[in-house]
Amino acid sequence: MELFAHQILSGLATGGIYACMALAIVMIYQAIHHLNFAQGEMAMFSTFIAWQLIEWGFPYWIAFFLTIAISFVGGVVIERTVFKPLHRAPVLAHIVAFIALFAIFNSLAGFIWDFTIKSFPTPFGQQSLFGSGLISAHDTGMIVVTLVLLGLLFLFFRHTRIGLAMRAAASNPDSARLVGVRVGWMIALGWGMAAAIGAVAGMLIAPVVFLEPNMMLAILIYGFAGAVVGGLISPGGAVIGGFAVGVVENLAGTYVPVVGQEMKLTIALALIVAVLMFKPTGLFGARLVTRV
Amino acid sequence: MTDQSMTSEAPAQGRGKPVAERAGIPVGLKRAALLIGLIIAIALPFMVKNFTIFQLTTVMIYAIAILGLNLLTGFNGQFSLGHSTFIAIGAYTTAILMEFGGFGFYATLPLAALFCFIVGFLFGLPALRLESIYLALATFALAVATPQLLKSAPFEPWTGGVQGLLVFKPEAPFGIPLNSDQWMYFVTLVIGLVLAFFAVNLVGSRTGRAMMAIRDNPIAARAMGINIALYKTTTFGVSAAYAGIAGSLSAVVVQFVAPDSFTFVLAIGLFVGLVIGGVGSIPGALFGGAFLVYVPNIAEELSKGLAGAAYGAILLLVIYLMPAGAAGLVRAIVMKVLNRRA
Repeated sequence: MELFAHQILSGLATGGIYACMALAIVMIYQAIHHLNFAQGEMAMFSTFIAWQLIEWGFPYWIAFFLTIAISFVGGVVIERTVFKPLHRAPVLAHIVAFIALFAIFNSLAGFIWDFTIKSFPTPFGQQSLFGSGLISAHDTGMIVVTLVLLGLLFLFFRHTRIGLAMRAAASNPDSARLVGVRVGWMIALGWGMAAAIGAVAGMLIAPVVFLEPNMMLAILIYGFAGAVVGGLISPGGAVIGGFAVGVVENLAGTYVPVVGQEMKLTIALALIVAVLMFKPTGLFGARLVTRV
Repeated sequence: MTDQSMTSEAPAQGRGKPVAERAGIPVGLKRAALLIGLIIAIALPFMVKNFTIFQLTTVMIYAIAILGLNLLTGFNGQFSLGHSTFIAIGAYTTAILMEFGGFGFYATLPLAALFCFIVGFLFGLPALRLESIYLALATFALAVATPQLLKSAPFEPWTGGVQGLLVFKPEAPFGIPLNSDQWMYFVTLVIGLVLAFFAVNLVGSRTGRAMMAIRDNPIAARAMGINIALYKTTTFGVSAAYAGIAGSLSAVVVQFVAPDSFTFVLAIGLFVGLVIGGVGSIPGALFGGAFLVYVPNIAEELSKGLAGAAYGAILLLVIYLMPAGAAGLVRAIVMKVLNRRA
């Protein structure tokens, strides 16, 4: 029973990572209705920026917020320079552009900071919380930050004019434009926010998985899994989905003998397919009704 | 991401005209290009080094897989980021049959195609319930899981686990004076031509029109009495069979199958090849294949440390310059030249 509780808790801890990533994915999906394959690499790159700032002697929290600001600007710039010219290109071309960004960030990070594994500091400490040995202070901090972020996003989208404008731009660009929303900039803003959330995710994840250019790949896939399980359009669903993926992954890795450690990834993916089979738009998604 | 927005504008022009004229380039010109291309393709292996022949064979193998993907994505509107899985199944079918079943290579080829068709058809069933981005993710999941499954303990006695399996390359039969690289080049060329011929005819047929109707407007297609589920799953099967044939050929050309040759990177590569070559264009597949084989090398030569960044930059550049792929660009240029003359 203690093993079970422990696995649930450590599943929740890793789930926090996925929830964070899933949240960033859902953010960008809401803004542009595409899945950004480069999201993980952007987050990784942001984390390297934070690492560099800390190396240069900035205190952790200053580096933390500075990185968020830089990532936000970076996200906006990427949208304006790379994706705005592709505005009218077919969707498949956009996905190829994501793949190109993926390659560029991965390669650049390796070039600038090389591929050796670096440790990344945690602001919460690695000691076990309450001395129970079940969940570390960092894991708890990560979950709390994810939940706070979710709350802030909820408030932003529900209670600010700009949040409302972003929602309008995403759900009906033409009508939004007619009532004076600058749709292009709302999309850019969505990119900036997604990059910033990705940066937070990266900085929280790095102390656990260590910093290196390929750190995000598996996490991105789990993040996708979380986002899809949650339904892609609901930030809250993404967080719940992320936690669910973490817990299921951990339990399956522990209790299903064939799975073991190296098959964990397959389990997460089986979970995606299973959820999609029974609920094709995810647990908290809504079915799009189109008019003929 | 609706189905309509996904397809490029290409098929919209010239609706109602005879099929051959739809693409806009006159049939005579197309035939001439095909003939010249064939002559070059036949002459090439006698003029270049064995390694170049190997590369050209690989281009054609990729082109076959991209063609299969094109039938699915370009003509039927179903995403797949998981076609590496079907290539893997084709390759392993051939390798396992040759290693444990004592089959000759040529006997394994149709079996690999058939097996992939069945698996693809079955995967097409759950895929029916998923739309656009969800399908892309589910297939991506398949691609990510494939190497892990191939390495996993239950399959290891057959797949050789991480080490993979060695495959023998067939020599030219009947004393034909060709070395094995040249021979496999011609085998691939002939199979590729047959498959391309089949694809052209499929797309031009009643079935092909049904496939495209489903892509353009599933509701209207259903109203016209098209059995959507049947067409979608069958297209998935045919597409997987193409990938399986490509996999089977690649197994003997590379003389080796291993789980790490079939990662999701391959699946994404095929997708890139499809878009770069031209969605909904059959000759475009060849260009996509060439892109997959040569551009990473070019990127590597531009800068060793930044090869990935160079690859990404080239990719972005290509997308900017020809958002409808190589086929779209060629079509635009030819049309411009023809119009000026007229």
